[in-house]
Amino acid sequence: MSEVIVVTSGKGGVGKTTTSANVGTGLAALGKKVVLIDADIGLRNLDVVMGLENRIVYNLVDVIENKCRIKQALIKDKRHPSLFLMPSAQTKDKTSVTPEEMVKIVNQLRETFDYVIIDCPAGIEQGFKNAIAGADRALVVTTPEVSAIRDADRIIGLLEANEFKKIDLIINRLRPEMVKRGEMMSSSDVVDILSIPLIGIVPDDENVVIATNQGEPLVGNHTMAGKAYQNICYRVSGKEVPYLELDKTISFWMRMSGIFHKN
Amino acid sequence: MGIRHIFRRKKSKEIAKDRLKILLISDRVNCSPEMMEMIKNDIAKVISKYMKIDTQTMEIQISKTGSKGQGKTPTLYANIPILDLHTK
Repeated sequence: MSEVIVVTSGKGGVGKTTTSANVGTGLAALGKKVVLIDADIGLRNLDVVMGLENRIVYNLVDVIENKCRIKQALIKDKRHPSLFLMPSAQTKDKTSVTPEEMVKIVNQLRETFDYVIIDCPAGIEQGFKNAIAGADRALVVTTPEVSAIRDADRIIGLLEANEFKKIDLIINRLRPEMVKRGEMMSSSDVVDILSIPLIGIVPDDENVVIATNQGEPLVGNHTMAGKAYQNICYRVSGKEVPYLELDKTISFWMRMSGIFHKN
Repeated sequence: MGIRHIFRRKKSKEIAKDRLKILLISDRVNCSPEMMEMIKNDIAKVISKYMKIDTQTMEIQISKTGSKGQGKTPTLYANIPILDLHTK
């Protein structure tokens, strides 16, 4: 019953790590046993976003090189007892791991966990190939921008070529007020272009920066992004939930701006 | 077309969509916009032998999926308005 999910995007900086951290934390909060794997070797970040950077002893490459057992490299999350992180190595590079080695580790983790979530590095080279090797399904993260969508399309093509049966789209950093003005592509525009099923829309929210500063994923809290990630977790686990009314906040802000700049 | 531009600036989201559509066609099939234009002209030439078509508004497009689903075969769509079926 366990599922291995890779979070990928092609382009860097669109929110793969934030998505991995929040989806992982959210699924753990739903009572699932979850392990997050940081597959970005040489540029590890998931530990920082999760606020677990001070607890790393061993890492993914140590496991592969048989310097330790898998269990020794897993860091237990401070908030959720059923959430673990397998950190990446900061001093090695992507060629330290092969897709076969990744498959082996992932299959071992499958036995203990309900969800194995792999945070994929940017790009389509070795790091990407390693990250997708052992996965059953993919969450493709994009922002409503030309460059990110183009890269997402390329990634979707590569995932299809690798026979992924389930590929879902997360649109990140959507700004409803810009969509309303016609200066940003809407979620349906993006879905039309990429033609894969949508699993979540996360509004651009400054609370994401605050949460990253604090090393505390915001899934499930009262913020718009927190609610959006919570909904994604429900949908990933197979529960259907309606989409957030992002318009509600816009009309609120529009009313507010109407008060302040009357012209 | 010119008049439309004067009265209404095209919203940037429309520009983004149009650019992406063209860009992704060539990305997906590894086929340049120039080549698409050549294919389009050749199709127009062949069809024109048999009927009168509107070459100005005809469109061809390569789509990754046949329908909005899981299909993987790229399909070439041609949208060719016929002006007169019985010219020749």
